[in-house]
Amino acid sequence: MPEFLALSLPPMLIASLAAIACALPGNFLLLSRRAMLGDAMSHVVLPGIVAAFLLTGSASGLVMGAGALLAAGVSALLIEVIARRAKMEPGAAMAVVFTAMFAAGVVLLETTGTDGIHLDVEHALYGNLESLIWLAATGPASLLDPAALAALPEELPRLAVITALLALALWSLWRPLVISTFDPVFARSQGIPTALVAAGLTAATALAAVAAFQAVGSILTIAMLICPPATARLLTRSLPAQVAVSLAVALIAANGGYLLAGYGPPLLGLPFTVSASGMIATLAGLMLALAAALPSQAAPARL
Amino acid sequence: MVPATPLPTDALSISGLSLRYDGPSVLEGVDTRIVKGAMTAIIGPNGAGKSSLLKAILGLEPATGTVRAFGQPVARAMDRIAYVPQRAAVDWDFPVRVIDVVLMGGYRQTGLLGRITPALKARAADCLSRVGMQDFASRQIGALSGGQQQRVFLARALMQGAELYLLDEPFAGVDAATETAIIQVLKSLRAEGATIVAVHHDLSTVAAYFDRVLLLNRRVIAEGPVANTFTRERLAQTYGAGLVMAMPA
Repeated sequence: MPEFLALSLPPMLIASLAAIACALPGNFLLLSRRAMLGDAMSHVVLPGIVAAFLLTGSASGLVMGAGALLAAGVSALLIEVIARRAKMEPGAAMAVVFTAMFAAGVVLLETTGTDGIHLDVEHALYGNLESLIWLAATGPASLLDPAALAALPEELPRLAVITALLALALWSLWRPLVISTFDPVFARSQGIPTALVAAGLTAATALAAVAAFQAVGSILTIAMLICPPATARLLTRSLPAQVAVSLAVALIAANGGYLLAGYGPPLLGLPFTVSASGMIATLAGLMLALAAALPSQAAPARL
Repeated sequence: MVPATPLPTDALSISGLSLRYDGPSVLEGVDTRIVKGAMTAIIGPNGAGKSSLLKAILGLEPATGTVRAFGQPVARAMDRIAYVPQRAAVDWDFPVRVIDVVLMGGYRQTGLLGRITPALKARAADCLSRVGMQDFASRQIGALSGGQQQRVFLARALMQGAELYLLDEPFAGVDAATETAIIQVLKSLRAEGATIVAVHHDLSTVAAYFDRVLLLNRRVIAEGPVANTFTRERLAQTYGAGLVMAMPA
């Protein structure tokens, strides 16, 4: 039990929060056919974090988070400019921007020795869940001990705040978001600022990508953004139900993936464990495949 | 052609409305009026700018010129105007039920953070009954036929409680039952004093459905009562000579 509290509980909580933070905007990315934006945002987080660290010398979560958000904003602008100036379809503009920025981030990271902080290429790519441990935990009593709680990984409270913010924003702006995703022209006729709503969704996605970066790294964030909503999309008919199911799928993937990675191989008598973030993304993908194999609940195509 | 000063009988007074993107003009100095309490058909060939005119009136396109609705700048009268876009403009796979779509018409009444009240739901159900779709409230929008979808969109417009209805091809691709249902609703709205403007394609039903026509081909060819405006000569001017042969006298 102390071992579970110290080694497994914090990563599982962090993975759960990251999965929820991603699934919330992911539902709307999917419906507005902007899933690619999620991919872009999750990749540009990397150069943002590295640049923030190099410029400030600070490895604090707040500084690096700010850098990531700034990079997300810059890339969103770049995507818009390139799509307009080069008359490129938005998907292609996104692909150009995020691969270039991500590559710059990797180069930046490799050429500047950032040893000693959790900023090496592998962690940036695949996440760092297993290292987010709570050494102060000695038993169930630690859960009520303020001194022990203060030693929780700093990512945990930060993610809790981000997730709460995203949930609050979604809850309060639900109607304009739904209307402008479903019927943008009608939304504008109702005075809904659809461009602002789209920018807000981009910002929410960037925030979620920053959150998920710690848990699953840059490459696998897209799985958290898209797989749970896509799975829920296949299993439900109404949007509130879709969001609810996507959160359930996200939690199952995050916790199931973590447990399978750490305890699965030993249970099979194998002498190793596998990457938690890899297992989380794999499980999310498997759940999507399973849902796709079931008869669809979504509207049948009209004849 | 039309007085620039709005008349009290105008639901819309439009002057010098122009719209162009990169290519040729979509609308060229449109001057016209929409008479209050009448049903007006907007008629013209493909590419005449009919849909663009509706959107430009609503401020949804970057047009130049002025549009006044009920004597006010149109932006200040938006809560008195309901717009029914073309069916093709919507994502039909969206996970939304019929009643949810109708409730979207109540957005201006609830506002940004407003919640849906039982009273609003009851009114949405009323609007659905008015278009004969009350039995489909919980159906997913994508599972309906084209005509049924169009009726749901009309119900959403009814939900807005507007005085001016702008409809973009409400009869395109709908079944006969839907066409009858829609025209009955529109006529009852007119009886209640509302103004109806619809982009319309079927020249054979213009006289039966509408009071007035607006003939458009990037600019206004003519606007007036069907009886003296919907004529062979005017149509020839609007469409080019070829079509007139097919027209009833």
